[in-house]
Amino acid sequence: MSDHHEEAGSTTSPYAARIRAIEALLLEKGVLTEPEVQDRISYMESRSPANGAKLVARAWVDNEYRERLLSDGKAAASELGMDPTHPAEFIVVENTPVVHNLIVCTLCSCYPRAILGRPPDWYKSFNYRSRAVREPRAVLREFGFEPPEGVEVVVHDSTADVRYMVLPMRPEGTENLSEDDLADLVTRDSLVGVSVPRYAG
Amino acid sequence: MTFEPGDRVRVLPAEKPGHVRTPGYLKGKSGWVESVLGEFPNPEELAYGFSGRPERPLYKVGFMQADLWDDYDGPVEDRLYADVYEHWLEPEGGTA
Repeated sequence: MSDHHEEAGSTTSPYAARIRAIEALLLEKGVLTEPEVQDRISYMESRSPANGAKLVARAWVDNEYRERLLSDGKAAASELGMDPTHPAEFIVVENTPVVHNLIVCTLCSCYPRAILGRPPDWYKSFNYRSRAVREPRAVLREFGFEPPEGVEVVVHDSTADVRYMVLPMRPEGTENLSEDDLADLVTRDSLVGVSVPRYAG
Repeated sequence: MTFEPGDRVRVLPAEKPGHVRTPGYLKGKSGWVESVLGEFPNPEELAYGFSGRPERPLYKVGFMQADLWDDYDGPVEDRLYADVYEHWLEPEGGTA
């Protein structure tokens, strides 16, 4: 099957050439300026999954912060010095002993970029986008995660103006870890919900 | 806002050309309003350089996976949420 998002990664693909041509035209016509393009690239590169890990680790050690993160994601991110400025809303959904959340954007590649930066390539693939809603449990198995018996799988399709992030459960045996060490356990994949943080002890 | 949390709704089975944010697999499917997300510029107009105003109410709508896919492989409790604009929803059972 064809997938233009995957092709776009190659600098020799016709899609990359098309984007360069469009960018050149926008610059020539004065719709965009070079500094604006550079600012946007810097903005994206300054965001990373480490931001999400920080939010999660704080929520694990501070229950009041956890409640604020779940009720107003943008304000809670600002509280930790992040700049969630983006037209889209930012909602954090919580995994519990009975609910496992999974995030997808079937229509394109909506992702909480203002917090986490660019999504991984697989998140944009036609394969993930179509199967995450159709057979989420099979997708989770392929990522090496089998939800325990009795856990409901809840999929969030980011179809419009909200960007979603998962607040995973704190792994057992981590009572004595510092907030920084806890943050190290939080992977990008666990923030999307295709896996969960693990602690070997 | 026309709908409130808990209301049963159906996604319109409409075909509309161009940029729409209602995925095909939800068209004609029934679910419930989980929450009201607020009002946002209409993406179907925003995409073509218009203002998108007046802003449209956006709802978080829940669906049981078993209602979406005949052969869904998983417990009947599994759910899916999507964010759907008001003009793509009608009360379940037809327009009141």
